[in-house]
Amino acid sequence: MSNATIADKRPSTLRGARLPKWSPYAIAAGSVAVAIGIGLAAGLDSRVQWGLIAGLLYVFGSYAIAARVEGRRQAKDRVATSLVWVAFLLAVVPLVSLVWTTIARGVKVLDVYFLTHSMGVVADSQPGGGIYHAILGSLEQVGLATLIAAPIGVLTAIYLVEYGRGGLARSVTFFVDVMTGIPSIVAGLFILSLMLMFDMQPFGFAGSLALAILMVPVVVRSTEEMLKLVPNELREASLALGVPKWRTILKVVLPTSIGGITTGIMLAIARIAGETAPVLLLVFGSKFINANPFEGAQASLPLYIYQQYGSGETPAYDRAWAASLTLIAFVMILNMVARGIARWKAPKTGR
Amino acid sequence: MAKRIDVSGLTAYYGSHKAIEDISMTVEPRSVTAFIGPSGCGKSTFLRTLNRMHEVTSGGRVEGKVLLDDEDLYGPGIDPVSVRREVGMVFQRPNPFPTMSIFDNVAAGLRLNGSYKKSELQDVVEKSLKGANLWNEVKDRLNKPGSGLSGGQQQRLCIARAIAVEPKVLLMDEPCSALDPISTLAIEDLIGELKERFTIVIVTHNMQQAARVSDRTAFFNLAAVGQPGKLIEIDDTERIFSNPSVQATEDYISGRFG
Repeated sequence: MSNATIADKRPSTLRGARLPKWSPYAIAAGSVAVAIGIGLAAGLDSRVQWGLIAGLLYVFGSYAIAARVEGRRQAKDRVATSLVWVAFLLAVVPLVSLVWTTIARGVKVLDVYFLTHSMGVVADSQPGGGIYHAILGSLEQVGLATLIAAPIGVLTAIYLVEYGRGGLARSVTFFVDVMTGIPSIVAGLFILSLMLMFDMQPFGFAGSLALAILMVPVVVRSTEEMLKLVPNELREASLALGVPKWRTILKVVLPTSIGGITTGIMLAIARIAGETAPVLLLVFGSKFINANPFEGAQASLPLYIYQQYGSGETPAYDRAWAASLTLIAFVMILNMVARGIARWKAPKTGR
Repeated sequence: MAKRIDVSGLTAYYGSHKAIEDISMTVEPRSVTAFIGPSGCGKSTFLRTLNRMHEVTSGGRVEGKVLLDDEDLYGPGIDPVSVRREVGMVFQRPNPFPTMSIFDNVAAGLRLNGSYKKSELQDVVEKSLKGANLWNEVKDRLNKPGSGLSGGQQQRLCIARAIAVEPKVLLMDEPCSALDPISTLAIEDLIGELKERFTIVIVTHNMQQAARVSDRTAFFNLAAVGQPGKLIEIDDTERIFSNPSVQATEDYISGRFG
């Protein structure tokens, strides 16, 4: 007689019946199979319906089985776990599908020629042409917007966290909150009204101004959070060394939080890089290369996508998808650069 | 270079809340003065008024006089930044700058003040680290981040950083409360050495520590929670721990309350 069998004879209060480790996968597979069966039998066309049925079956199935074998508390635990998984899948499926569709349709015309040529003499119905003018316009408009918004945003956040007391700080916070909610078209209209007052034609920098309006509150918010994360002890340590406050902020507080601040700015850039409405109003769009953001209409990537897709011609569709892929790639590269900077600049640990 | 501190009639507020009331005492140069008392009695607040760190907290303000060798720290035209260069501070939790190496942490005071010669920097760092009994442990890794050191080493690094700017007075706010007994011993030995050069004021919850390191001890107490803290008595450490003149002091150090 082995020890295991002796132990089995004494009922343990600490050990209950457990479902085997593979049971969640088995339940998932079972729910999918049953869902497909139900779907076929009921003649449901939509795969989305099948998926929803499978998800519901999985949640209820794991609760029922676990409640039978393991007891109610463990069953609730499994329901919570399966709900998290179902929610995760619901979130990931559209994302993967979007990226997949964009890549599948975008690669058709995306090549070096496409990236280095404009739409100069190409009609929407013809193949060929490219997005060089749109990339150029986007880079210039977004770059100028960042040059305006990043310093204003970071300095505002420094004021709010390090100096702001009382009414002025409260009202700045309030207006930043309000600005976060401004629809991009309203920012565009605001600049447009100024342009009309001075009787100006569309040009790239006007778009930059509208984008900067949209960008400032995002930068303020994220920078504020990052500055608040800097422990007060570091500020006090620096002040106690007889370092003036402005130098403490410049040499201790900002270096400690620079990684997070950069990430915040990059994410704000990513957000405004996809704006169409203000660009449509203020920059107007153009088929030709215009490297001067201060005079004449320019193109930009989101606007290009909108106009190409709107023209309704097959070659234009392909170009719109390829431009979308470029825009997504641009934003992703920015995000990765931000992560890299955050890791590189993060306070170092280790010996 | 150590300086005497004369406090008279000092009252400190947080907004409308009175934290300490009417404190007067003299801190002798080249000696260690310990502040003891129950939590919330205002020891740390009083310590922070001695280098104008109290006003860094929002709503913090002070009435009364603090004389540093006959100059009132709260007099008109006094720059708190200059005060803090004369009166350094070490905090409860070790707080080296996380973005800086060990070398840069010690050099931080000089560099951030902008008044140094490059050639001096190396010497100052070495002297300060030796002064904080840390040189032998870190001399091979001066370029490594300060946060990689142990808690006790970090605290000695903070002491090195504080003495690198050559203050006249060194304030220590429970410098050993986050440390183990071995590191605590190292810091206490260090305090014994530093009092040759600096005036040292130390806040501690550990009465044995006060008895071990200090020449004079001040006992603070508060009448009730919410009431301002007051100085009960200040005397030679030996006398405070053997034959205090106030009953409350004896009750506190013998463990009858607090």
